[in-house]
Amino acid sequence: MIAARGITKQFGDFVALDDVTIEIPDGSLTALLGPSGSGKSTLLRIIAGLETPDRGVVEIHGRDQTHVPPQRREIGFVFQHYAAFKHMTVRDNVAFGLKIRKQPKARIDARVNELLEIVGLAGHQKRYPNQLSGGQRQRMALARALAVEPRVLLLDEPFGALDAKVRADLREWLRRLHDEVHVTTILVTHDQEEAMSIADRIAVMDHGRIEQVGHPRELYDRPANRFVMGFLGPVSEIGGRLVRPHDIVIELEPSPGAHEAQITRIVHLGFEVRVELALARRDGVFAQLTRDEAQQLEVSEGDIVWLRATNALVEAPDPA
Amino acid sequence: MTVSRPWQLTLRILALGWLLALLLAPVALIFYRTFEPGIGAVWDSITTPAAISAFWLTIEVSAIAVVVNTVLGVVMALALARGRWRGRWVLDAIIDLPFAISPVVVGLSLILVYGTTGWFGRDLADLGIRVIFSVPGIVLATVFVTLPFVVREVTPVLREVGDEQEQAAATLGASGWQTFWRITLPSIRWGIAYGVVLTTARAIGEFGAVSVVSGKVSGETETLTLLVEKRFANFDLAGAYAASALLAAIALLTLLIMTTFNRRREEA
Amino acid sequence: MSAVALTRRRPAARSGALALGISTLWLSVIVLLPLAAVVVRSLDGGVGDFWDAVSSRQAVDALRFTVLVSLATAAIDAVTGTLLAWVLVRDRFPGKRIVNALIDLPFALPTIVAGLTLLALYGPTSPLGIDIAFTQGAVLLALLFVTQPFVVRSVQPVLIEVDREMEEAAISLGASNRTVFLRIILPNLLPAILSGAGLAFARAVGEFGSVVLISGNVPFDTQVSSVYIFKLIESDAPISAAAVSVVLLLVSVLVLAGIRLLGRWGARHDR
Repeated sequence: MIAARGITKQFGDFVALDDVTIEIPDGSLTALLGPSGSGKSTLLRIIAGLETPDRGVVEIHGRDQTHVPPQRREIGFVFQHYAAFKHMTVRDNVAFGLKIRKQPKARIDARVNELLEIVGLAGHQKRYPNQLSGGQRQRMALARALAVEPRVLLLDEPFGALDAKVRADLREWLRRLHDEVHVTTILVTHDQEEAMSIADRIAVMDHGRIEQVGHPRELYDRPANRFVMGFLGPVSEIGGRLVRPHDIVIELEPSPGAHEAQITRIVHLGFEVRVELALARRDGVFAQLTRDEAQQLEVSEGDIVWLRATNALVEAPDPA
Repeated sequence: MTVSRPWQLTLRILALGWLLALLLAPVALIFYRTFEPGIGAVWDSITTPAAISAFWLTIEVSAIAVVVNTVLGVVMALALARGRWRGRWVLDAIIDLPFAISPVVVGLSLILVYGTTGWFGRDLADLGIRVIFSVPGIVLATVFVTLPFVVREVTPVLREVGDEQEQAAATLGASGWQTFWRITLPSIRWGIAYGVVLTTARAIGEFGAVSVVSGKVSGETETLTLLVEKRFANFDLAGAYAASALLAAIALLTLLIMTTFNRRREEA
Repeated sequence: MSAVALTRRRPAARSGALALGISTLWLSVIVLLPLAAVVVRSLDGGVGDFWDAVSSRQAVDALRFTVLVSLATAAIDAVTGTLLAWVLVRDRFPGKRIVNALIDLPFALPTIVAGLTLLALYGPTSPLGIDIAFTQGAVLLALLFVTQPFVVRSVQPVLIEVDREMEEAAISLGASNRTVFLRIILPNLLPAILSGAGLAFARAVGEFGSVVLISGNVPFDTQVSSVYIFKLIESDAPISAAAVSVVLLLVSVLVLAGIRLLGRWGARHDR
């Protein structure tokens, strides 16, 4: 298990981490999810030893690592912008950590070949990083980090610099890789879809604190607060309660507990139909319907309807 | 990579110590030696007729070199940054030549072209034009050695700015001249300013090339740097120091302007 | 190709051709014509005279000393320049801004003044009691003074741009500071160090003003080529001077070409 306990870190006046505690089970793929400035990258860098905490303890496999230099923490770190050694070939990049450990040449060759096979760069041994695409560079960086058989793999926004298509492919590829290699992995991301689609566990962070930790579905279905709910998906507010737009039922007749609203716009997004509504005093809510549901309703823009929430998740604080 | 504290201090002391021994201590000593005999003596020695004439000749020559090299420097930068023909690299390489050629060779080359036994020496003499051992020779030498500065500062700026703004101006109906004055020139102004400062500093300080072609006639073809050398050769050490201190003060002023421009340029 | 694009390109091409024409003419008159005169007129006395001029013992000794002392200058600059660049980029101390500005002092200071200042501190009237005037060491010192900024100014921007994540990646893989510097940082700085040292070498080979006072101009000892050429001009032997100059020019041009190739080689792994 990897643990960070009571971690506090300040940069000047800015509190990057405020008494953060988190435990990462062995073999898991945990995502640190949060907006920029939430402290997630700082936490990752502290676990790696690239930053020192002002207070708190980092443990890896039960041993205090807080004052162990990063060189001896046996970690693998992958950066957003690849951090490729641009003056070395792909092969030399991957072999770097093994050469430093003075492994015999035959062992290094075997290991490098094996890893390049796994990350799908077997034919690119002698290329330089500038001859690779962004996705290939990041796979090389992953192979480089895995080569030294780290106790934990730390990924700092690894797909952040890639375009959407490549990002989606690599995401899936990383999940499969994790299922094969089983190395404990911590992934920092600001993309909730990325976290939801590959992580076993998600820790949602904001303003240097961890708001909630749990299984992706748990976080989506039972968010601890308004922030977590809002960060994991779209939210509409009805009658002082927060609701997922797909949990809103539109009715044509008034009923107890239903709220009157006027339809301002109907947007057809294929399978999903998005109905934008104006409530009596507030505006800006919308409901998500399937195409069939929308057809059955037979409503159009300007109609007055009644809204009911089937599954309100969080009570909204009273507007001041 | 974070360097440990003792290492950091060691490196800092080594670096600053080197700078102190090589640059700062000698220059500081010159100022000290200059003002040792008192400020009155310094004033007297930089206001002799020869010194005043040398000062104005230096200013005159530098002004011509700056104007000529700025205008043509911008033209050459435009040719390099905006042109698309092959063989541009030849032009590019020739522009660097003055940086790599000994000033003495520059002076010699002018003698071989414009001197009495030079290619055009006799023709020019027939026309009554004297280049070598005269002010035009000093100007030519100075223009030669300061030629690259403005080009080298402006070309990268032009490349970086790109020509999209110029094309946008053209689509809005601006003529070539209007585009140049309103779009191109404002975007390269700090590059030009920096190039002008470098050109000025080098023009004021040029010694070797000027030394060869000047003839060193006191009050006529003697620049400030030549005055320093002459006074030194005549064992007038105090006088040489005083003229040196004046030139060093100009150099420090140049540094100040360069630093300010650099900051402006980074902010721009 | 649309009509709009064509009409837009035409005036641009015309002004481009004008700029090229003016540039070529200007460079020809100011730079190429005089240099051509040096090359052509070095043969005024025939190949035999040319050979005699460049192979005289004094010429050969001066050239050998020039090249050797310039190489030493470039090598020392490479080390001290990298050190200074490192301290200016990675260290923080009060007055760093001023130090950074003072790096350029040798570019701004007239070379004759540089020579005089060195002579004041390290000459016969030295307050430190160090007198190395009129020795080969003095020539080296003068050349170090005037070439000091080249390596600093070429390494500094590259060092600023060195990807810090690359260093952190190496550290996370177990590399010590020494290994990070030697295997990661230095290889990335090397092209800049070499090109800065190349520029310093080219400058040193032709340097005159700073050397002329402090070298004492002792033939077969402290006399460098540029001073030797100057003496030949003064003794009214411009054709011999031209011959020696051609050799010096050749060295400069080769170094310049080398730096250009180096630039391309250095950029080979950049995105």
